[in-house]
Amino acid sequence: MNNEATIGHAHVHRDDVGSKMGMWLFLFTELLLFGGMFILYASYRFMYPENFKVAAMHLDTLIGSVNTILLLTSSLTVALSIVALQRKQKMFSVFLLMFTVAAGGAFLVNKFFEWSTKIGHGIYPKGPEMANLSDGEVVFYGLYYVMTGLHALHVIVGLIFIGFMIVFILKGKQTFDNHQKLENAGLYWHLVDIIWIFLFPLFYLIH
Amino acid sequence: MSENTHIQESSAAELQHPGYGLYILVWAGLVGLTTITVALAGFNLAGLTVVTALAIAIVKSLLVTNYFMHVRTDSPIFKVFIFVCIAIFLTMIVLTFFDLTYRFPLK
Repeated sequence: MNNEATIGHAHVHRDDVGSKMGMWLFLFTELLLFGGMFILYASYRFMYPENFKVAAMHLDTLIGSVNTILLLTSSLTVALSIVALQRKQKMFSVFLLMFTVAAGGAFLVNKFFEWSTKIGHGIYPKGPEMANLSDGEVVFYGLYYVMTGLHALHVIVGLIFIGFMIVFILKGKQTFDNHQKLENAGLYWHLVDIIWIFLFPLFYLIH
Repeated sequence: MSENTHIQESSAAELQHPGYGLYILVWAGLVGLTTITVALAGFNLAGLTVVTALAIAIVKSLLVTNYFMHVRTDSPIFKVFIFVCIAIFLTMIVLTFFDLTYRFPLK
């Protein structure tokens, strides 16, 4: 009847649906932020289809695929950690979240090696190799760094967010009947996953 | 009567929070679709390459939003939210491409 539980104990203000709506509204701003970049990508790909193909050939499909599987699996473990907490399996829930952090960390390590290799080849803004590339290829790598970079930033933020949830569960601040914060952290992590689901084919799988 | 309500409540909770099995099944589907996209990229599908890659990505994101993000069982208002957001995004794409195809006509 009322979202504010006042019976039996001190006034507790809690509105789970409102909290979830707030999170979704925030996710939409994220979606439109990346959406703008996807439109930029689509426009340049429309203008330089051949150059995009040539540039994409030089990205490592294997690393991209491994990273996709890592993120999908980490999304699964977040979803499972919520079920575990609802079933009062607190330590299992924490374990699943720790697995998520490990998978997210592995994603970032792969990304680090991927970027390092490209930078090692002189492919970075004003890098020595850039002068030898066509306009479309330069634009492709520009978009590649900005979009995967912004995505990686989101992975880092998501990992911090999940780290807090681990602490909250251990301290008993997120429990089987009060875990909206964990749900919101999960929503954020799944959004990061969805963005990667689109980034992966658009950058790694053009042939 | 009260027992009936209780049963209804618990089945509603069950529906809202499915067990581990369903999530693992969805994950297996997502991994399967990833394998298909990577495998398809090896073939020359000409103009259909982008379309198939995007179609698979859309199916994958539908699985993530409906199951992992609980949209399937949440209040319908969240579906309305998402619809409005996607509609705005699609409008932006369509308007951009009206401009682009006018400036750089397809050969």
